[in-house]
Amino acid sequence: MLKLSKAAFDAIRKHGEQAFPHECCGVLFGKVNGEQRVVGEVFVIENQFEEAERYHRFLITPDNYREAEKVARAKKVDIIGFYHSHPDSPSVASKYDLDHAFPWFSYVIVSIMKKKYYDIHSWIMENDRSGFNEESVIIE
Amino acid sequence: MTVQILIPTPLRQFTNNLESVAVEGSSVGEALNNLCLKYSPLQKHLYSDDGKLRNFVNVYVNDEDIRYLQKESTPISEKDILSIIPSIAGGDV
Repeated sequence: MLKLSKAAFDAIRKHGEQAFPHECCGVLFGKVNGEQRVVGEVFVIENQFEEAERYHRFLITPDNYREAEKVARAKKVDIIGFYHSHPDSPSVASKYDLDHAFPWFSYVIVSIMKKKYYDIHSWIMENDRSGFNEESVIIE
Repeated sequence: MTVQILIPTPLRQFTNNLESVAVEGSSVGEALNNLCLKYSPLQKHLYSDDGKLRNFVNVYVNDEDIRYLQKESTPISEKDILSIIPSIAGGDV
């Protein structure tokens, strides 16, 4: 289960709406307590994919990742996963998401329909890379 | 020679939760191969089916991305620290 703080959820929703019709992306900061993952805040990343493709692609570069790691360390939190938006498309992990995913991380996808938040889901890849499993999301 | 490889959080489940693993190798490629021999489930996450490093798996020698050095042929010495750094990509269909 993934617990998103209200602040983290609001930041993801706002980022998705602002970035529309492009995809937005960012890092989930928080802690893992057994089966429960708690995300307190997000670290916003500017989508680094080439502009013409940003309507259906996002990229967080290794430099972005290293910067996020440094910030997380200073805040004494961990990188739990990442979020991105699917503009005018369901919040379901795609084949492209699967091909590029790491195990263990939570992949939060927010669906933005016609510039407005529609819904949010989170996915974790199987360790054998065969697919994603959905994890429940609680906002509080 | 023995070098240290820093393992990112998502892959530590395959290295008995070790953040850093010591392996033998005189080049980046040798060290990574030995890492995968030691912890075989890492193989499919670091390498694609055709045996190439996945393009979202980035390997640094100290602070340098091996893409800007000699890639997997980059020579390493005992003082070097290798890091596996994810880049994260995805998107809709």
